[in-house]
Parts: sequence; C-alpha cells; structure tokens
Amino acid sequence: MEEDFKPGEPVIEVRDLYKSFGDLHVLQGVNLTVNKGENMVVLGRSGTGKSVLIKIMVGLLKQDRGDCIVLGKEVSNLDGNDLRDLRLKIGFSFQNSALYDSMTVRENLEFPLVRNIPNLSRAEIDEQVEYVLDAVGLLQTINQVPAELSGGQRKRIGIARTLILKPEVMLYDEPTAGLDPITCLEINELINEVQKKYQTTSIIITHDLTCARATGDRIAMLLDGKFLKTGTFEEVFDTDEERIKSFYDYNFIQ
Amino acid sequence: MSAKKKQFVYGKNLDNALLAVYNAYVFFIRFFREVFRGRMEFQEIVRQCYAIGNRSLLLISLTGFITGMVFTKQSRPSLSEFGATSWLPSLVAIAIVRALAPLVTALISAGKIGSSIGAELGSMRVTEQIDAMEVSAVNPFKFLVVTRVLACTIAIPVLMFYCALVSLLGAFLNVTLNEGTSFIAFFENAFEQITFLDIWTSVAKAIAYGFTIGIVGSYQGYNASKGTEGVGKAANSAVVTSMFLIFIEEVIIVQVSNYFRI
Repeated sequence: MEEDFKPGEPVIEVRDLYKSFGDLHVLQGVNLTVNKGENMVVLGRSGTGKSVLIKIMVGLLKQDRGDCIVLGKEVSNLDGNDLRDLRLKIGFSFQNSALYDSMTVRENLEFPLVRNIPNLSRAEIDEQVEYVLDAVGLLQTINQVPAELSGGQRKRIGIARTLILKPEVMLYDEPTAGLDPITCLEINELINEVQKKYQTTSIIITHDLTCARATGDRIAMLLDGKFLKTGTFEEVFDTDEERIKSFYDYNFIQ
Repeated sequence: MSAKKKQFVYGKNLDNALLAVYNAYVFFIRFFREVFRGRMEFQEIVRQCYAIGNRSLLLISLTGFITGMVFTKQSRPSLSEFGATSWLPSLVAIAIVRALAPLVTALISAGKIGSSIGAELGSMRVTEQIDAMEVSAVNPFKFLVVTRVLACTIAIPVLMFYCALVSLLGAFLNVTLNEGTSFIAFFENAFEQITFLDIWTSVAKAIAYGFTIGIVGSYQGYNASKGTEGVGKAANSAVVTSMFLIFIEEVIIVQVSNYFRI
C-alpha cells in the first residue's frame, strides 16, 4: 500500500548507519531524519561520506549496518520492481550532472520519461520536456548536446531530467561544485523553486556554506563519519565546537 | 621477497583471478536473463547494428580484399608445381569461406568494435551516466549491454558474408590478371567445392565471434573503474580478451564441424 506523507512527517529516516570501503570507515553510526517538504543540507568536508549517504538512499550502494528508510521503505531490502518503484519517486542530481553525452538535451529528458511512462503520445512527451526545460530556464538548449553546454547549464539540465518524473524526494549531490558564484546563486534559487513548485523533500549535499545557508531549512554537519550537529544554520554554527568553527572559518576565508 | 610474502601475493592474485571468472560468469548469465525480461529496445539495436556496420565497413573491405589477393598470390607457386593452378579458385574459396572471412571479420571487429564498446561503456561508468540511468528507474544493462551484444551477434555474420565476397573479388582480380580466367568461370569453379556445411559453420563461427566481441566489450566497459585509466584498460582488455576467446572458439568449432564432415 502507498504511504501518504503529511507535511512535517518523516520521509527519510537513517538510523545507526555504517558503511566502510575496506579499511576506510566512511559512515560510523549516522542518524538523520528529513521531514516532508523540508530542504535538509548535509554539510561536510570532501571525503566524509556525504555522497555515500545519498547513494545508499537511492540503492546505488548498500550499507554495512543500520537502517535507511525512504518513503516508508527500507531501501536495502528492495530489489527488482520494488526498487524501481521507489526510484521513480526519487530524483538524483549528480555532481557532474551525468548527462548522456551521445544524446541531445531533448533525448536526455525523454529517456527516463518514455521508458517509465509508456504509451505517451509525441505531443505529450514534447509538452512535458518543454515544461521542465522552461522550469529550469533552458528551453533554448533543447536541441543541443551536453558538450555544447556550460557547467551551470549542465547542472540545470541534470535537475530537469530528474524533475520530468515528478519526484517526491530530490537528492542533490554537490549542486554548486565547480561553478562560478553567480551561477551558484542561480542554482540555489532553482533548488528553492523546485521545492516550492514540486513540493519535494530534498537533501542537498554540499561543502559550500553559501549554498547551505540559501537552500537549507535545516543543516546536518557530517564530520568523521557522524553527524556532529543538526539544526538551522544559526544553531549549527553558533557553537564552540572547534571542528565546526574551523570549517566555517575556512569557508569564510575562501 | 620472503616466502610468506610470495605466498600471500600469489594467493591474492589467484583470488582476484577466480573472482574475475565468477564476475564474468554472473554477467554472462545476467545477459540471458535480461534478454527475455521487459521490453526490447529494438530502436537501439538497429542503431547499434548501423554503427557497427558503419564503423567497420571500410576496414573490412580493405583487409578482405587484400587477404583474398595475397592468399591467391601465395598459393599459386605451390599449385603450379603440380600443374594444378586451375584448382586455385576452389582452393581460395574454401580457405576464404571456411576460415579467412570469419577470422578476418572477427579480428577487425574485435579491434574496432570491441574496443569502442569497452571505451564507450567505460566512460559512461566513470562519468556516472550508468548510475544516472539506474536511479531514473531505467535498466542500464538492458539498454546498454543487451542491445550491443545482440547488435554484434547480428551484424558480424552480415559483415562476414561481405568480407567473404570482397576477399573473393580480391582473389578473382589476381587470378584473372595471371590466368585470364573470366568472372563467371572463376565463381563457378570457386563455389563448386563449397558445401552448405561450410557456410553454416562460418555462420556459426561469426555468430559466436559476434557474441563474444559484444559481451566481452560490454563486460569490460560496464565494470570499468578508476577514472580515465580504467576506460583505457577496459578498451584494451576488451580487444585482448575477445581475440583470445575467438581463437579458442575457432579451434572448438573447427573440431566440431570436422566431426560432421566425416
């Protein structure tokens, strides 16, 4: 039976999650709850396991121990059609956009649509592709190939490709990494627009404090495989904890 | 290196080799499971068949033509010693249809198509495009692997027939320049000795080689890792492994077909 989540109810629950790669212990007992309609930012230095966490949420990686429940389902217990059904409700925006470089923007967007919603007419496909492209402000790039797009445009198209399936949950992996400050602001605005327009629950993985502040309703600070502090931006950074302060200072200096 | 350390290194290498064989087996079995599951990507199969043909046609034309011509040239002195140059067309035709055309097509395709499949899928793996398909609830194995393996299995037998034809034309050119044999006489003589078993054996070989090139290239690319270095490695392993397997298959198929010939 489909679970219907009301605003404020937990949509993603991570309990005591562990993940190691050989001798490298990336996640060491992570706990996190994300409520419906919330933008949760997972903040931390590179290599602290932020991306690993959201890859576990979408079933690309399996945890060693602990629970990862998304939309009421333990992800590691799902396979075949159940996992496919869950993935249809989750949008995943990759760090490097992961656009299919042999396809045009139109084909990139059509690809998940025609394979997951069969029997759509050509007019319906075009309408939906143009709608999401318009939503990310890149309708003019419809016939271009990814190689002809800038980094910011690629990120936007990557987000549009996930939006075409109207996801309930959005996972953004470093949405502003490698972009200039103005494009970063545009991406931050887009993330907030997506939340409002599509009523999504989102996790934003970043090490960029500007992005965290602009997009996060709450922030969870991941350090040494555990969440050190969770709360609003002010709650997290109003602290005497040396590691959080140095992370803030380093970002500020940058 | 101390004896204990040596033992550890050899043990680890053996573990890795066995693991690689197991992973290849799992990949092979998955292919047959996925072929019959869900909807078939016919459009992508046709696109891949076209790409394979388009990529290899020129090279196969050139190598096929030269193979036919050179083989005829090399065979002439031995036959003329016994005054049997009139057997040249049938000798060349048997050699081309039974062995040269399938093998030349397979080796060219392993280099040209196998490496390109390995590199293409490898780069899709390291740039997370395969993961992107997976998270958008599309089966990347079905779309990328099944289509490429089927396209190779279909296209390489067609290329093999084309290669045989071009090789025979190369042989004809050499024969007609030296012996003045007419086109009709050459081909009548050539096909006199060719049996259905020869043709079916060649088709079986080409199907086996095509499947091997497709599955090995896909396996190497699909499981690529370690960035751009991994892509190069995948392309290289796709060629080396498929060539090695093609020669093993050649021996097995020839043995089996000889059994039927007797």
